[in-house]
Amino acid sequence: MSLTLALRVAPQVPMEAEALTFDRVADLSESDIAALPLLHGNEKAAVGDFFKVSGRANGEVHLEGDLGRVKYLGAGMSRGRLVIHGNAGMHLGSAMIGGEILVKGNAGDWVGPEMLGGRIIITGNAGHMVGSAHRGGTIGMRGGEIIIHGNAGNETGNGMRNGLIAIGGNSGDFTGVNMRAGTIMALGGLGWRSGAGMVRGSIVSMQPAELLPTFSYDCDYRPVYLRLYLLYLRELGMAVEDAWIEGEYRRYSGDSVELNRGEILLLNRQKLS
Amino acid sequence: MLTRLSGGTVYDPMNGVNGEQRDIYIRDGRIAPPPADPETAAVNLDLRGKVVMAGAIDPHTHIGGGKVNIARALLPEDHRPDPVPRTTITRSGVGHAAPSTQATGYRYAEMGYTACFEPAMLPANARQAHMEMADIPIIDKGAYVMLGSDDFLLRMLAAGKSQREINDYVAFTITAAQALAVKVVNPGGISAFKFNQRSLDLDEKHAHYGVTPRQILHTLARAVHELGVPHPLHVHGCNLGVPGNVETTLKTIAGVEGLPLHLTHIQFHSYGTEGDRKFSSGAARIAGAVNRNPNISVDVGQIMFGQTVTASGDSMAQYRNHAHAHPKKWVCMDIECDAGCGVVPFRYRHQKFVNALQWAIGLEIFLLVDDPWRVFLTTDHPNGAPFTSYPHLIRLLMDRSFRNECFATLHPDAQKMSTLGSLTREYSLYEIAIMTRAAPAKSLGLTDRGHLGAGAAADITVYTPHADRQRMFEKPDYVFKDGELVVKNGRITRVVDGATHTLRPAYDRGIEKSLREYFDRYMTMRLDNFRLSDAEIENDGRGRLIVHRGRAA
Repeated sequence: MSLTLALRVAPQVPMEAEALTFDRVADLSESDIAALPLLHGNEKAAVGDFFKVSGRANGEVHLEGDLGRVKYLGAGMSRGRLVIHGNAGMHLGSAMIGGEILVKGNAGDWVGPEMLGGRIIITGNAGHMVGSAHRGGTIGMRGGEIIIHGNAGNETGNGMRNGLIAIGGNSGDFTGVNMRAGTIMALGGLGWRSGAGMVRGSIVSMQPAELLPTFSYDCDYRPVYLRLYLLYLRELGMAVEDAWIEGEYRRYSGDSVELNRGEILLLNRQKLS
Repeated sequence: MLTRLSGGTVYDPMNGVNGEQRDIYIRDGRIAPPPADPETAAVNLDLRGKVVMAGAIDPHTHIGGGKVNIARALLPEDHRPDPVPRTTITRSGVGHAAPSTQATGYRYAEMGYTACFEPAMLPANARQAHMEMADIPIIDKGAYVMLGSDDFLLRMLAAGKSQREINDYVAFTITAAQALAVKVVNPGGISAFKFNQRSLDLDEKHAHYGVTPRQILHTLARAVHELGVPHPLHVHGCNLGVPGNVETTLKTIAGVEGLPLHLTHIQFHSYGTEGDRKFSSGAARIAGAVNRNPNISVDVGQIMFGQTVTASGDSMAQYRNHAHAHPKKWVCMDIECDAGCGVVPFRYRHQKFVNALQWAIGLEIFLLVDDPWRVFLTTDHPNGAPFTSYPHLIRLLMDRSFRNECFATLHPDAQKMSTLGSLTREYSLYEIAIMTRAAPAKSLGLTDRGHLGAGAAADITVYTPHADRQRMFEKPDYVFKDGELVVKNGRITRVVDGATHTLRPAYDRGIEKSLREYFDRYMTMRLDNFRLSDAEIENDGRGRLIVHRGRAA
């Protein structure tokens, strides 16, 4: 029986639960897990005040209930698998190093901010600032993968330096703003001003997008790496059409305010057979 | 009600008490003389085996003003690992390098501190600084107003105005800003930076005003002395952090011609240029000069290893340092041409040659200055390290073997460049009581603070002696603030409001005429709005002013 923490008392205000990572609970008894500290609003609390703890971790930890107000789930996690059966709050997987977080629901803002490695999968939608730098910081996610089957909010991948963010639906405004490197694949549409201030890296979309005037058209081509990425996303269960794998992409380079070293690839729908 | 603290081992240097078993009596928030019959005390606290000192005083800690708020806003990642949850009596906040206001008060009190002084308050920003400090609970506060790079003073100097007129301006500014003392930061340098000068040595002329730092220092030191301000001019000298600045510091000491001067965070101004790396310790020369010149006092500004944030009015130095920012972000500001600030996050590393030697230089100064009445214990919070590192610093001073163990972990080249390993001095409890209580109180003119004589404010800290001095000083058994028990076993038990210490030197109000014209022409506020009234500090229900009289000049 794997370790399960079932929410039995819904938090009245946002709760910070950095203790709820695989690393922290994996080797603890039920009573020790129940005694781990939480911050409920600005008051100290314990895991046991809100969760019913049962079982022992066997490579997986399950969290059950609507955790939309519970922040920092899986923060700093380096191994194991955290499965959230319901919604997750802000700062999910903050500065995560390794392991996997699976959210069977929606996630709040700041999914995987400044993460270094590992994988976050969200079956529903995510909020703003996916894989971004914290406010005041300049570097966003440096590695790992964030896979969102639904839509994502604004400023996805703000300042990201490495890794992959894949969004099955639409991505909001300022997708990839200030990104240094890495790949953002928004299989739905891109919002306004995508790639503003990007230094390097790739932003990919299967829908037409209105780009900033600081991006310039280069060519139409079929990048090999994109096929590999799309096949990989299909393996992860995302709805990837054959036409996208075989299709041709219009390449735009930018942002020219940062010397045109980044790229935005948009599927050339006119050439779809 | 009379409270008796009986049988504690008392260290009260101001009254010459060195580890004697005494009873201390408290009545109405003050230390009371012993009654004829000790049994009349309504409360008796048995302190046998405990160490009793006055509440500690931090004479140089950046706890209020714009730069502290900028530092807070700049470093969310520094706050994250250190949340301060609310309790039934305390409010929530965050800690580490630039703690929130409430956490600042709680943590100082929990270490046995009962008064702290913000050393760099811009006159134009005094209102905000006082409002912010009003939010700090328990401890007494006060601030030193920054002059020396302000346009009005530099104009006066350039125009050759008399010392008397400058004294009037300085006194007006102290009064208007509700300050306790005067600080000068990189004299003239902050202004010169805005005229594209990137350094300004002691005898170098300001490109626009044509005045030198030496002129500014001497004029302000004389003004402070003649106005009877108890604390000498608080000097953050030229060339902070620059290798070879020991020469400038020595020239500054000589150039003041016997006037009282307090050289702050002297560690950052004690660097030579010897060795392969052209960076060496000037501690011995600085300590020698301090020992020879009784008009000079210093605080050290010891660095400790780890993450912190440097927040300084010296925008010229901070511009120089910003390339070393960790994390890589910084802020530089100017307000009303009064002065400015630079905020640069910084991580000191023990395996980095320069940082390791800085650590050693600070300790060398502590150990080589003979007179503990003229060297105060500071880390220039948060510039050298957060104030929460004081107990660790006290252990370094009191425990030679521990100090040597730490020294042995430093960058090997730094060890070779330092004499620290050969210094055998260990501070006694009496000397620690001097440098953390009696000496700062005496220097600041706080006649009823920093000692345990009859009539003093009942600010008292009680420790359990322990061979590990860090453990002893980080968690006092009891802390009394104005007679109220505020900390027990290192935890806040009651939250009270501290007072604001201020000074009112006399001056000729004729200076206000020219100031009014200047404000109307150049400033974004009127002179009457520049002035901070007593009511603004007292009327929010938490503030209380203690107005000190100046020393007879």
